Amino acid sequence: MSDSNQSPRRLQVGPFNRVEGDLDIRLEVAVQDGHNRVVSAHVNSTLFRGFEQILVGKPAMDALVYTPRICGICSVAQSVACARALADASGIQPTANGLLAQNLLLANESLTDLLTHFYLFFMPDLARPVYAGRDWYAPVQQRFQAVKGAASQQVLPARASFLHLMGLMAGHWPHTLALQPGGSSKPVTKQERLRLISLLADFRRFLEQILFGDDLDAINELTSIQALENWQQQDDWQSSDLRRFLMLSQQLQFDQLGRATDWLMSVGNYPSTQPLNNGPQVDSGVWVPRAGVQPLDIAAIHEDVSHSWVEDSGSPLHPAQGQTHVSLHSSEKPGAYSWCKAPRLNGRVVETGALARAVVSQRPLATELMQQQGATVHSRMLAKLLELAWTLPRMQQWARDLQPGDTFCDHSSLRKDGEGVGLIEAARGSLGHWIKLKNGKISHYQIIAPTTWNFSPRDQQGQPGALEQALVGAPVLDGEQDPIAVQHIVRSFDPCMVCTVH
Amino acid sequence: MSKANLLWLQSGGCGGCSMSLLNAESPNLIATLENAGINLLWHPSLSEQTGTEVQQLLEQILADEIPLDLLCIEGSMLRGPAGTGRFHLLGGTGIAMIEWVRQLAAKARYTLAIGTCAAFGGISSSSDNITDATGLQFEGELRGGLLGSDYVSRNDMPVINVAGCPTHPDWVTETLMQLVLDQPQRADFDAFSRPRLYTDQLVHHGCNRNEYYEYKASAEQPGDLGCMMEHMGCLGTQAHADCNTRLWNGNGSCTRAGHACINCTAPEFEEPRQSFVVTPKIAGIPVGLPTDMPKAWFVALASLSKAATPERLRENARSEQLIYPPTLHKKNHK
Repeated sequence: MSDSNQSPRRLQVGPFNRVEGDLDIRLEVAVQDGHNRVVSAHVNSTLFRGFEQILVGKPAMDALVYTPRICGICSVAQSVACARALADASGIQPTANGLLAQNLLLANESLTDLLTHFYLFFMPDLARPVYAGRDWYAPVQQRFQAVKGAASQQVLPARASFLHLMGLMAGHWPHTLALQPGGSSKPVTKQERLRLISLLADFRRFLEQILFGDDLDAINELTSIQALENWQQQDDWQSSDLRRFLMLSQQLQFDQLGRATDWLMSVGNYPSTQPLNNGPQVDSGVWVPRAGVQPLDIAAIHEDVSHSWVEDSGSPLHPAQGQTHVSLHSSEKPGAYSWCKAPRLNGRVVETGALARAVVSQRPLATELMQQQGATVHSRMLAKLLELAWTLPRMQQWARDLQPGDTFCDHSSLRKDGEGVGLIEAARGSLGHWIKLKNGKISHYQIIAPTTWNFSPRDQQGQPGALEQALVGAPVLDGEQDPIAVQHIVRSFDPCMVCTVH
Repeated sequence: MSKANLLWLQSGGCGGCSMSLLNAESPNLIATLENAGINLLWHPSLSEQTGTEVQQLLEQILADEIPLDLLCIEGSMLRGPAGTGRFHLLGGTGIAMIEWVRQLAAKARYTLAIGTCAAFGGISSSSDNITDATGLQFEGELRGGLLGSDYVSRNDMPVINVAGCPTHPDWVTETLMQLVLDQPQRADFDAFSRPRLYTDQLVHHGCNRNEYYEYKASAEQPGDLGCMMEHMGCLGTQAHADCNTRLWNGNGSCTRAGHACINCTAPEFEEPRQSFVVTPKIAGIPVGLPTDMPKAWFVALASLSKAATPERLRENARSEQLIYPPTLHKKNHK
């Protein structure tokens, strides 16, 4: 409630950059407890392209050309979800090498995204002039300033070298056609496997020396908040970028910023190959406040379009039945303010991403953070960094497990008719593709991307989406047109707007 | 010498050309721009400024307060629904992106379409093209597009189409360098206004499946080692790009990764005749011959070379793994 007599001030923030794609946020700001705060937010995904319509009528295998092009930053994630949906529709199991290749490619993209997000999208906000009076400002600006900062000169070459995995295993990134329902079209040779092992070790060295300032094994052994704090104090705050983040996060109270519903979802990721398909290495489930991790019921997902510029379909539909019809008429729909639909799980607003994966997989530090502070700018960002440390040693193992000489692809033909679903975790969270095939062609295609969950508009019940809730309470400084706290909160989700609407 | 100002905007695309651009190596992207004397006014993924700061920058360009040397547009221009451009209103402005691009293009010394979407419409214009997507100055193979066929930038050049889905980082950076450092003429660009820096070659050039091609020893399934032209839809012999001599992400290319070249630098690549991954044929002969090859000679040579295919190539072509390495020749010392 506003304790001022003035009506709320309205701010329109956009174009919102250092997110993938374009974003526009409408904020109502009012005085609360003597401070200007956001009292309501409307998040508008401003771009519509229509992939779900483009795909209908296309030959089934051609989906593998179109779907990666939904997104230039989650391209392989879209390919893997599509390949899984096609495989599911046809009862195809990837070979062991095929699964390892898919895991390696997906992890290569995800870790690249986490790294790019931290250094190029999130941290430059801490180098903004708004913080110029802080005693830590000079070195932070020198390191993280957009384009000019010293970190980008280290990160860009490391990122490009890490992506040589794509050159070896997928031809290029983004937009490879190597991912197949039965595995991969690129059999890795003996010499290429050795090169993979070498380049992964090289990226590990970068993470250890520059990002973490310690062995990844030591980082992965930090299983409580206390252990993390002890580790942090063992060295100067400028000894690594993780320590820099931890210090800045404390200074700016990121643990009190950007809390949404605290319901978290993961659909699971990285199928095991030993033995084949023995459950995923990242778990599927839902974190429910106070109740803990519960099973995830995919059938309970529905997409609400009451506030989207999409033709109404009556009640919210499960994506296996979902529709996406747009027109001049729908673009003028009363009450609508975004091209994004509003997916809900049993009617609930849930959040998805690296924090959700860690919490649902019951990693102790993430669980303790969730119990102590919930999903905040701090816990979201920390979970992303810790996922880099968690995943890279697994990639090294997958590369060693590759068996040159064995097949990388099951070549069983697709069924002409069928339906399937592909569920994976992209860097930003849960991604689902729902497909139907009729006479060898695609008759139905629906996609729910991670940011569709996180940045959804309101639903029929008037429930704001996760970001819309997370922004409420954000402080607005005097004279701010593009509030810095809002920028931290938005970017803590690592949104991908081109995936959101597709 | 004053620096050349570069503004980069994204619309109806995936952002993949920007992500690919970040893969620039030796030197990295930021160093490459600096070395060429290019000042990044604003890029959506890289720059600090957001919201009102960006709006002010755009207004200053339109008011001729800041010179705009290089305008890079990534993504298709979405004209729908019904000509309103509402499928993409630039965030914070409530104004259609196509309107911003029209106005900014009038101020630019050079206007560049980055990627096949911005150049020709691309993937976003597939199927029924419900968003009415188009390129900046081409709609598929037809001149026109958003800006019209008569458009020229302030340096009297049509839109430069750095096509590709995605673009190789070097295609973008070398084109930018050429514009800043040299004085390129229209003859430096091909009939689709693509930089001849990289479109004077075919993807076929340098393909490491060339020995299989010579003998028409063909792959039949994804991952097979043979030539992918006969069965797998590969358009490398027709596609204008230097992918197999330049290579991607270190050592990669589509054909090296066991999948077809889909000719992504070409207008209308997004709607293949049949499927991307199946070669259309008439009477068993692939439709779409290698570039500059007379049909009768191709058919004659193909049947001759098929008859002459060594067993090594015939068997290896249909295998993921090398079955027969090339025979080792020894000098015959008696």
